[in-house]
Amino acid sequence: MTTALVPARHYLNDGYGIKSWLLTRDHKRIALLYLAGVTFFFFIGGAFAVLIRLELATPVGDLVSDETYNKLFTMHGVMMVFFFLIPAIPSVLGNFLIPIMIGAKDLAFPKLNLASWYIYMLGAAFTTYAIVTGGLDTGWTFYTPFSTVASTSAVIPAALGIFITGFSSILTGLNFIVTIHQMRAPGMTWFRLPLFIWSHYATSLIMVLGTPVLAITILLVAAERLFHFGFFDPAVGGDPVLFQHLFWFYSHPAVYIMILPAMGVISELVAAFCRKPVYGYPFVAFASLAIAVLGFLVWAHHMFVAGISVYAAMIFSILSFLVAIPSAVKVFNWTATMYKGSVSWQTPMLYAIGFIGLFTIGGLTGLFLAAVGLDIHVTDTYFIVAHFHYIMVGGTIMAYLGGLHYWWPKISGRLYNEWLAKFSALVIFIGFNLTFFPQFILGYLGMPRRYHAYPPEFQVLNVLSSAGASILGVGYLLPMAYLMWSLRYGRLASDNPWGAVGLEWNTTSPPPTENFAEPPEVTWEAYDYGSPVVEEHV
Amino acid sequence: MSDVHAHPALAHHFDSLEEQKEAATLGMWVFLVTEVLFFGGLFATYAIYRTWYPDAFAAASHELDVTLGTINTAVLITSSLTMALAVHAAQLGQRAKIMVFLALTMALGGVFLGIKSVEYYHKFAEHLIPGPGFQFEKEHIRHAQIFFSLYFVMTGLHALHMIIGFGIMLVMLWWTWRGTITAEYYSPIEISGLYWHFVDIVWIFLFPLLYLIGRHAH
Ligand code: HEM
Ligand SMILES: [Cu+2]
Repeated sequence: MTTALVPARHYLNDGYGIKSWLLTRDHKRIALLYLAGVTFFFFIGGAFAVLIRLELATPVGDLVSDETYNKLFTMHGVMMVFFFLIPAIPSVLGNFLIPIMIGAKDLAFPKLNLASWYIYMLGAAFTTYAIVTGGLDTGWTFYTPFSTVASTSAVIPAALGIFITGFSSILTGLNFIVTIHQMRAPGMTWFRLPLFIWSHYATSLIMVLGTPVLAITILLVAAERLFHFGFFDPAVGGDPVLFQHLFWFYSHPAVYIMILPAMGVISELVAAFCRKPVYGYPFVAFASLAIAVLGFLVWAHHMFVAGISVYAAMIFSILSFLVAIPSAVKVFNWTATMYKGSVSWQTPMLYAIGFIGLFTIGGLTGLFLAAVGLDIHVTDTYFIVAHFHYIMVGGTIMAYLGGLHYWWPKISGRLYNEWLAKFSALVIFIGFNLTFFPQFILGYLGMPRRYHAYPPEFQVLNVLSSAGASILGVGYLLPMAYLMWSLRYGRLASDNPWGAVGLEWNTTSPPPTENFAEPPEVTWEAYDYGSPVVEEHV
Repeated sequence: MSDVHAHPALAHHFDSLEEQKEAATLGMWVFLVTEVLFFGGLFATYAIYRTWYPDAFAAASHELDVTLGTINTAVLITSSLTMALAVHAAQLGQRAKIMVFLALTMALGGVFLGIKSVEYYHKFAEHLIPGPGFQFEKEHIRHAQIFFSLYFVMTGLHALHMIIGFGIMLVMLWWTWRGTITAEYYSPIEISGLYWHFVDIVWIFLFPLLYLIGRHAH
């Protein structure tokens, strides 16, 4: 593993110049285009978060006006959810890895894949336009009638941007589904697929089934705002609660678009760094599908105080408890995999452990919120904010970074500085908990979300949170810096630097444009550590 | 594959035309599932308001022109037939026939859109566009706006899908003309057909739901 050589031909040196990137059909290059896009919007979203936390460092509204503050948290949420978190893992890691992991030369529809990136960027351009021309103040949830009759901010371009980006998500999901069905290498049966593939398959189902409902909902909002059509406006007998139903019918499943790919990454990391097959493989695989299905049946838990009937609330509460079961199956199976495994504590594994802990906290507090009585107490408080950040940031971003580190040698052909990477993982973990744990307490004590001022007795916890946010910010800048640095100065990576099992490790680092010198044939089970066929490849 | 005799339409990442065709067909079906949910959001909205405001919906539905709607339904079903014949001709590799049937399908689609525009114009002239200028019998003036909002969005999106269908047909005509479509490689025509039939089926639901509400009672 010491004498790594750059392969003579690989996807990065197959054509130079801007055109070879902007017109590429190679899923690996498209993945890197997405990487550039989502990283950019992550830092834009992050800049809004910095301003939010600065404002909240003092109890009085001194830094920005209340109206500006509304725009800050809205644009933070919109950027982070629609332009960073939803595409992040599927479009970057999924795009790069799915064809390689199943032994294919590319996704089923390479041109469509490139089109998806352009659609994503076009949508982002519209929403960015909304941000610079007056901003958006509806909250990322666009609740009517505020968004259709009251708000004076740039609702239409922002909504249009999200509508457009939705099609990028739909087409990516479609491409993944067809690829996984049709393009598997000989011998790559469904139950030999890496769990990363299963979780992306489940994610793609949600993208294809959920996103169109968001699209039509946004369209109705736009028609109501632009042409005074009546769908949700009480003035003509419309029902704003119907908007919430339609919105959450997508947006609850959308949180699984954000978390399922992360779970897929964690399965890969845990297996690779414990050198064991994932415990209970079929259960983990089916848990992904179960989450995708059950995720469509729980949306009204976001509406317990919106005036839905007690019976509806009870049913949605029970269904929400059910969705925790497959999630817990995964957590237990990862822990069972680690149990008595020879765990090696490299950077990706640190992120995986971080994910498991933080996702568990996020998930368990989700159960608090699924209980109607408790939810009514903490709804619209910082408890909610803490809950979803534990999942979105503590869960998904941890997994995203873990995956990025794990596959970085494959993507770039270079190794990063392990010591710095471990240090940053630690900084991020500490910064994250310091930012968001106090918010659980604040919410429990009754601090409402979406206000720029608060009673002075909440200041200590808010200052802690703001301090944590600055640590977290540094933590995110570090990987950005040393990963870029490694592109030029990092040591060369061997084909399989982790000694891991999986088709992506059977090709060169970086892989050739057609992914494999010889079309692979699979004769081993998933994560078959220790079996003679596999050890020969490792 | 490195096969020197590979069909010119075979993309580099597929092993055979067969596999490529299966992928394209599955892709179109998945896309149609997306479409079902896209229109599904509208149908759900329709179902709720129609249940809440049955009288206003019936009254508003009476303002639609059933004759034109029926003619359009017939036109569209016929276009489905010509589309099916185009697919059949494609399977046999009959180039001229494919082009004739595609052109007929487009012509029928054009008739449909023409009639639709006339209907839209009438609604405009009768002040039935929802919003401040909307005029209707006092009793139902609020709820009838919801009906017409749904009417315009549903039929408008349907029409938009037909216009997209036109674009697809034009590409198919071009491909057939230059000889890409053969008896060996006709899946583009076949999946365009799937799309066109889907658009027709949406209309088959829209027509009774919008035009025929409460007719039996009058
Ligand atoms: C990186 C991924 C992140 C995602 C996906 C995300 C997502 C969200 C969402 C959806 C909201 C709700 C916005 C609304 O209620 O309209 C929100 C609020 C908030 N976020 Fe984040 N966030 C992320 C990172 C961060 C970071 C790194 C910080 C702090 C440094 C942060 C601080 C906040 C705060 C303070 C609020 C609450 C604003 C309020 O309701 O008053 N977020 N975030
Ligand atoms: Cu939810």
